[in-house]
Amino acid sequence: MSVATTEPLPGSAPKQRRGAADERVAGVSIVARLLQRPELGALIGALAVYVLFSSVDATPGRLFTTIAGTQNWTDAASTYGIMAVAVALLMIGGEFDLSAGVMTGTSGLLLGMLITKEQLNVWIAIVLVMIFAALVGVANGFAVVRTKLPSFIITLATFFVLRGVDVGVTLLITNTVRFDIGDAAPGFASAHALFGSTFLAPYNFQDAVLWWIGITIVATWVLTQTTFGNWIFAVGGDANAARAVGVPVSRTKIILFMYTAMSAALVGIMVALRYKGIQSGQGVGQEFFYIIAAVVGGCLLTGGYGSAIGASLGAVIIGLAQIGIIFAGWDSNWYYTFLGVILFLAVGLNTLVRRRAASSRR
Amino acid sequence: MSDNQRIPLLEVRHVSKYFGSVIALRDISMQVNAGEVTCVLGDNGAGKSTLIKILSGVHPHDEGELLVDGKPVRFTGPREARRAGISVVFQDLATVPLMSIWRNFFLGSEPTLGAGPISKLNTGFAKRVMREEMAKMGIDVRDPNQAVGTLSGGERQAVAIARAVYFGAKVLILDEPTSALGVRQSGIVLKYVVQARERGLGVIFITHNPHHAFPVGDRFVLLNRGRLMGSYVKSETSLDELTKMMAGGEELERLSKELEKMASDPEMKQVARQLAEEAG
Repeated sequence: MSVATTEPLPGSAPKQRRGAADERVAGVSIVARLLQRPELGALIGALAVYVLFSSVDATPGRLFTTIAGTQNWTDAASTYGIMAVAVALLMIGGEFDLSAGVMTGTSGLLLGMLITKEQLNVWIAIVLVMIFAALVGVANGFAVVRTKLPSFIITLATFFVLRGVDVGVTLLITNTVRFDIGDAAPGFASAHALFGSTFLAPYNFQDAVLWWIGITIVATWVLTQTTFGNWIFAVGGDANAARAVGVPVSRTKIILFMYTAMSAALVGIMVALRYKGIQSGQGVGQEFFYIIAAVVGGCLLTGGYGSAIGASLGAVIIGLAQIGIIFAGWDSNWYYTFLGVILFLAVGLNTLVRRRAASSRR
Repeated sequence: MSDNQRIPLLEVRHVSKYFGSVIALRDISMQVNAGEVTCVLGDNGAGKSTLIKILSGVHPHDEGELLVDGKPVRFTGPREARRAGISVVFQDLATVPLMSIWRNFFLGSEPTLGAGPISKLNTGFAKRVMREEMAKMGIDVRDPNQAVGTLSGGERQAVAIARAVYFGAKVLILDEPTSALGVRQSGIVLKYVVQARERGLGVIFITHNPHHAFPVGDRFVLLNRGRLMGSYVKSETSLDELTKMMAGGEELERLSKELEKMASDPEMKQVARQLAEEAG
């Protein structure tokens, strides 16, 4: 009895190569390899959306495909991308974080408070915000692994708690619904240059784009090339099987919640520094965009499967749609409908993929 | 009952386990030798799971002794049992379906290149070793990236067994490896059981199916309601006898009488007669 590859694809002739076992690895066709990739659907989707919006572009001079247009959609996609990658890793690990959106607001507001009310150096404030976010992540993760309740519920609770705190505390301290951060604060200039500025002078791409690309590369490497990445797939794929072979399931999940919350803090810091202030409602509702990006990027809602690059491509689709619809001169409300349809298609595709991967031959 | 002079790989002496006032196991003794298959037979609730959990370090035993290579041990956790060379292949918990074969094979004990936070999975090594080890079980893996979920039930058990053997298992505990499988796949798993035995492992084969146990087993331990109902080497027993004991002869007889009393229609009488026959 031998283990055959997945069903032979039409067009690929049956292989009769004999000899060293290693040669037969090459016998798996490139097409089959490609179809195994979770991000394939998102890549095709992103290309299709790009072609669509470049053809309906109604701006004078058809700006969508120019560098200026690219600056626009990468700006929109970047913060979604940073978060989508974190949410994707968490989702591959089998969990959700509905508080990821509001955490961007909470973190930005905390930064504003530390800078304006406590007169802290911006860099010290950033470190404190990151520590705070890590603690929120640990709290989420700990609550999930301890209670064994669905993370959907636990983080929904966190979401609502933070949402109330954001507005309530901001009102108490400032009597308004926002913190304004003056650029006179110590350390502001350097922090702003790193988190809230632009690069490529005449076109002014946002710093966030570089962060997004860097985070995607690191996350992909961690996920596919490290032991921890192996554990992420395992705890999401089958936590009991993982535990049975000695994978520290709880620790892996808690670290993923920490990473997600700290990514939200990074985005919150970026927003607060870039706009020199932050609204108390910042980030509310964004969590669904992150989940959409992750799922469109090939992550299974049930965990155990997905990719960071896919999630980034999902964020590209969101960015393209958001800017493309404006450039096309359409009513921007269609943006939500468009994303809904994309999500629906992506989930359909993912389900097919999983049936292929998980169904056993008996 | 045992006539050989070797020190058993694993020996259980008069072990008992209580959960509060519930007696999960009482006075269980058995032994596992290298190159032998010890079958643990019992119906649901007989205490098979508790026995596995004691042997694999999940639960400590309350009374009696556990000896590995003749030395008494007391495991504080599954890792310690694994370090002592005792590995469990759980029927459902063996592998992660969506992960590739090589990732499953090394899950929890990943080989890495480099040290510290920037250490990288040694993918090439992992794939090569996995294919070599699977080849030893007679399985030719063509694509190491293939998801385990696409393998048949028997092959998935084989991955788990090959993994346990590669990571130094001397005693392999197979928990109901055939219960969820069809006839053909069960046969394949039994083949792996024999293979593991021939490679010098001590195998504990947990099952409630004497038809699967008898052909591959060297020793048979029967459990019933937490107690040792019998312990035999192969020459002392037969498939019929095992089947009868598994079915719980006396209990079946009583059941058949009760049925007879209740039965008014001829069909039920027929069932009762069959039960009585089986009970001997």
